[in-house]
Amino acid sequence: MTVTENRPDYKWVGTRPIRHDGYDKVVGKARFAADRNSPGQLHGAFLRSPHGHARILSVDTSAAEAMSGVKAVVTGADFPDLPIGHPERDTAVNLMARDVAMYVGHVVAAVAASTRAEAEAAAAAIEVEYELLPVVLSLDESIADGAPLANADNRTAFSGSDDPSNLATVTPLERGDVDAAFEAADVVVEREFDTAWVHQGYIEPHACVVDVGADGKAEVWASSQGHFRVRSQAAAVLGWDTARIKVIPAEIGGGFGGKTTIYLEPVAARLSEKSGRPVKIVMTRDEVLRATGPAPASKSRIRIAATNDGELTAIDGWIGYAVGCTGDMAGFVGAMSVASYKFPNLKMEFVGALTNTPRSAAYRAPSAPQAAFAIESVIDEIAQALDTDPIELRLKNAVVEGDLTSMGGPHPRIGFVECLEAIRDSEHYQSPVPDGAARGIGTGFWFNIGEQSSATVNLNEDGTATVITGSPDIGGSRASMALMAAEELGLDVHRITPVVADTESVGFTDVTEGSRATFATGMAVVNACRDLVGELKARAATIRGVEVDAVAWVDGAAVVDGHDPLPLADITAKAKSTGGPLTVTASLNAGGAGPSFAVHCCDVSVDEETGRVEVLRYTTAQDAGTAIHPSYVEGQMQGGTAQGIGWALNEEYVYADDGTMLNASFLDYRVPVASDLPMIETIIVEVPNPAHPYGVRGVGETGIVPPMGTIANAVSRASGVRLTSLPMSPPKVLAALDDR
Amino acid sequence: MSNDATRRSRTHVSCTVNGDQVDFLADDGTSLLDALRDELDLTGAKEGCGTGDCGACTILVDGRINCSCLMFAPEAEGCEIVTVEGIAEGDHLHPLQQTFLEGAALQCGVCTPGFLVSAKALLDENPDPTETEIRYALAGNLCRCTGYDKIVRSVQEAAVQLRGASR
Ligand code: FES
Ligand code: FES
Repeated sequence: MTVTENRPDYKWVGTRPIRHDGYDKVVGKARFAADRNSPGQLHGAFLRSPHGHARILSVDTSAAEAMSGVKAVVTGADFPDLPIGHPERDTAVNLMARDVAMYVGHVVAAVAASTRAEAEAAAAAIEVEYELLPVVLSLDESIADGAPLANADNRTAFSGSDDPSNLATVTPLERGDVDAAFEAADVVVEREFDTAWVHQGYIEPHACVVDVGADGKAEVWASSQGHFRVRSQAAAVLGWDTARIKVIPAEIGGGFGGKTTIYLEPVAARLSEKSGRPVKIVMTRDEVLRATGPAPASKSRIRIAATNDGELTAIDGWIGYAVGCTGDMAGFVGAMSVASYKFPNLKMEFVGALTNTPRSAAYRAPSAPQAAFAIESVIDEIAQALDTDPIELRLKNAVVEGDLTSMGGPHPRIGFVECLEAIRDSEHYQSPVPDGAARGIGTGFWFNIGEQSSATVNLNEDGTATVITGSPDIGGSRASMALMAAEELGLDVHRITPVVADTESVGFTDVTEGSRATFATGMAVVNACRDLVGELKARAATIRGVEVDAVAWVDGAAVVDGHDPLPLADITAKAKSTGGPLTVTASLNAGGAGPSFAVHCCDVSVDEETGRVEVLRYTTAQDAGTAIHPSYVEGQMQGGTAQGIGWALNEEYVYADDGTMLNASFLDYRVPVASDLPMIETIIVEVPNPAHPYGVRGVGETGIVPPMGTIANAVSRASGVRLTSLPMSPPKVLAALDDR
Repeated sequence: MSNDATRRSRTHVSCTVNGDQVDFLADDGTSLLDALRDELDLTGAKEGCGTGDCGACTILVDGRINCSCLMFAPEAEGCEIVTVEGIAEGDHLHPLQQTFLEGAALQCGVCTPGFLVSAKALLDENPDPTETEIRYALAGNLCRCTGYDKIVRSVQEAAVQLRGASR
């Protein structure tokens, strides 16, 4: 179902063609990162720290080097030291420890051998002498007075201080007079919350094949959310010019933010350089969970003031994120995410603090889910206290165009109210709550970003087209690019071939983050197509012998009064005689990414005997601006929701006191399976983003923000207990029920 | 550093894969998944975990679904193996492949081969499954992208088409 505001009559945009890369993906032909082998390749394996925090006193690789099949061994000594403050220093240190191992699983050395088994055996034979250091495992330990340092090289960002600190960021926000507002309030609710570390859980482990030639040039085959970032990070970590490195994008088997950084490629490059052979490294699931980006655990305290007629007058609070072993922007980004309600008075502090756990990575709307869980829970409790409808309360306080974001600027045109109304008016919300169940409401927001993209559009001799971009296709973006090009050129979408090109075959394109691919790369495609249409009109003018002003472009043909329309294919057939090949490249740094809001509604039951929460029905409404390919917009909404349900109910990292992760498998780190979930009903709301030619807003991230609050609110109404700790796993729910 | 002659004993394995008789040598301890991917270049089946927990490596062995990451390659001796590369009928996609495409049941697509094989095994056995039966039959396959909604709907649609075709 789609709710639309004044959408123009498009021919292609908004249709649901079969995606161009679909055939390869259903017959098993598509090549993901681990699906390529190079002739003569070696296999890499790592030695990882068994300690949560330890100084590396010595590394002896001699026994390993003498073992069967071993061709190269590298350690921290094989990589340049980037100075403190260098933007890729943390990436470099995380993928190969130098003097200090900072979490269990931190790479200390790597081996390339003829087989994976030989590489693993040799890695295990490397001898390392450690001096144990104190392990900081939680937010509370990290910010305690006199806490040991989790990473002596960390400096608090934006603080101007050069002193080592466990604080990554401290971001205070303030407006209005919070104290006076709380004094005058009719209702005040205050709660403390905590959430666990969770993993993005992409099904494809990180993998790459790197071949460094005798000329020093490296060819990198890897999957990522942005191969230009793989190139720039690898170049920085290795101390190489970017021009030495070509990155070919493999199909990517899920990222969700976790593949916006690198772990393997520079190590494989050094091993390849040393051995003279291509080196393939594929992480195991155990390694993915132990040593790649979980999302930060959090703690928070939120207090909200309201009047009896439902105006939310003030919020104050503190949200802390445990960000892992290196500097991180989670706390800063969290501060940007509190922007859904007007709150005339606001006083909040957001903190990121380091722990001896894996360096955290972006996870879909990073930092927003933790904040929204807390705030949406407290708002729901206010609705309960005022005995008012939770949607009406939110409608009364929802931000609209011109209201302030948390950082102080005004919101552009946004669709929060429209999403609230869409859920309020939905068949789900209007239907009676099933016996034995209860219904919850929650909302979420993500600001989205633009950044740099390039696109090249080539028209072929026969009037077909190739659309070349540098944004990996994570979930249908090739089809979106082709749809926008089809609309612009007036060409059938299946006569357009969308291509994701390597770093030497298309202009620079930033990593896919902030839901920017269809927005910003799509804009580059549209711009290229518009220039191309201008060129087609000029060629048609030449062919017809008229001024270019006399030519219009209508439905894939040049139209000149008094002549038959000249179809695109007739112009491309004459390209040689009218000026040569028809090809245009456009690039941009896109501004005006439109924020996307979502409102969720779910029915749950709570098993009083086992503590199990079952999600019975789930509906999500989200503002997509304009849905270019609605099926893949729905898919983003449904996928984000399912991840949020996992975060709410099951998923958590479990650590032993020494920092060892105890549940590093999909058996024990349990993500939702098909039998855990109902259908996830979707309502696409379309409030066009004025900054995009088709009104697109990024849709990839917001979906994960509302589920935790939505489910907690439903559980509260079902059982009378307010759960404030994620995940709401059966033991915690049972304990809360017992305390009732 | 040593050289790599004179290592590893290899076992000869003979079986059918997607209808073709094949012979290959497998290192001791090699999983059937690795043999399919690395010896036969059938990279449709994926390794998401290697421990039997994600279903990305699902194949049919004598008509039954198996996690190929949990089988040793020599266990395939004499078996009939079907992978995702073998479920289309000639040039015609299997109805599940077609409904997955039309129903947008794949986002990244890395889980898709495993789901297609599991769903085929389900529909071969039970042509008219309920939504709950589909969800439980696919509970051994993880998808992190879709929330399963479009996968379940695409299996339902393929079941309708297959029942229509067999009438
Ligand atoms: S790879 Fe076999 S079940 Fe995951
Ligand atoms: S489509 Fe990505 S894991 Fe299923």
